[in-house]
Amino acid sequence: MRHVISPTDLTLSELDELLNLSEDIIKNPKKYSEACHRKKLATLFYEPSTRTRLSFESAMLNLGGSVLGFSSADSSSAVKGESIADTIRVISSYADICAIRHPKEGAPYVASQHSSIPIINAGDGGHNHPTQTFTDLLTIKNLKGRFENLTVGFCGDLKFGRTVHSLIGALSRYAGVKFVLISPDELKIPSYIKEEVIKARNIPYKEVRSLEESIPELDILYMTRVQRERFFNEEDYIRLKDTYILNSKKMDLAKEDMLVLHPLPRVNEISVEVDNDPRAKYFKQAEFGVYVRMALIMLLLRESEGRSIC
Amino acid sequence: MLNIGILNQGIVIDHIKVGGAMKIYTYLNLEYLDCTVAIIKNARSNKMGRKDIIKIEGTLDGINLDILGALDHKITINIIKDGEIITKHNPKLPDHVENVLQCKNPRCITSVESSVPHSFKLTDRENGIYRCVYCEQGVDIM
Repeated sequence: MRHVISPTDLTLSELDELLNLSEDIIKNPKKYSEACHRKKLATLFYEPSTRTRLSFESAMLNLGGSVLGFSSADSSSAVKGESIADTIRVISSYADICAIRHPKEGAPYVASQHSSIPIINAGDGGHNHPTQTFTDLLTIKNLKGRFENLTVGFCGDLKFGRTVHSLIGALSRYAGVKFVLISPDELKIPSYIKEEVIKARNIPYKEVRSLEESIPELDILYMTRVQRERFFNEEDYIRLKDTYILNSKKMDLAKEDMLVLHPLPRVNEISVEVDNDPRAKYFKQAEFGVYVRMALIMLLLRESEGRSIC
Repeated sequence: MLNIGILNQGIVIDHIKVGGAMKIYTYLNLEYLDCTVAIIKNARSNKMGRKDIIKIEGTLDGINLDILGALDHKITINIIKDGEIITKHNPKLPDHVENVLQCKNPRCITSVESSVPHSFKLTDRENGIYRCVYCEQGVDIM
């Protein structure tokens, strides 16, 4: 059974297939309106989420399928102490495919070990969030037309920001990519990402504190929220949460075709005045999330029926 | 100098880092063996200054002693027969270990689900780094 737990679970050719299918869905959504007729998606969300859950549900409904599930651990058997393994064994007989979000890292991987239906990781703690990465890649492909030779700046919480870790891993597979890592010292990228991904692939990178100084060289600026839920200490969160605020003045320093992306939800890190800047693409990015999830659901269901992804 | 009797048949786990003998004793479930087991702590060593040693009389059938490499990569395993050392080797770091190392990441699924085994894969043999297969938290055993 094929699952998607990490963004690198898809080979580059499978990723191409996913992004090509997503772009075809964007061009002609009606063609796919019955692609998953009579299929059911289970959304097991042990942690609150608006965008990701609704995006998955919207994707399945757009494909003519139906959706069942829960939106917090409080409304599941987890409060009775049921293990993930037991939950997924049961859900496997109720649905055809499952998207799971869990605050604990590795929970979707545990689910995949006990599941007879495809599992999609919809976010596990500060670890992986592959469908956000696919969304980011589709946004870059659609709006930039390439992955190669891009200077990508990541700004904010690079320590706990799973979307950052995943996107760095995914972009590292393309030639000519450079990274600018903008964060306070306390929220720097984990050393294992630096050692085992960036340095291991000889990708040029720099770690800086100033957004103003680095913004002029960027082709893409990926902003992130400092996430309250990842801190054990409230004081640290309050001290760090407003370290970076992207505003019109800083945007004046950027290239005319730089893209501003953000996995959302946004709090203070992007001023609302930036929303009207044509380079602000984070709402378009959220829209692309539905298309890429539609494509992923289709491909995994196709594979589970014995047809290969490519 | 404390004298422990000569072993005719058995296993000597030597060059254990001081204080590490009990971890190996527990991992190998030696408390459940009927045979004689000697734990020697803080023994003098030319190579290490001080070391721990475990002597086990008899055999440990079905146990992959290479797993011990993930607990202490400097140990030496001596197999004794008829009072002689017949093999002597340093365990190779295993590619995968289960319930040998503990994931210390409080955000890892293993911190809340006791039935999930603590499973690690070797990601950097040169530097002895294992990563949890669930959360990818690293453990440096060197």
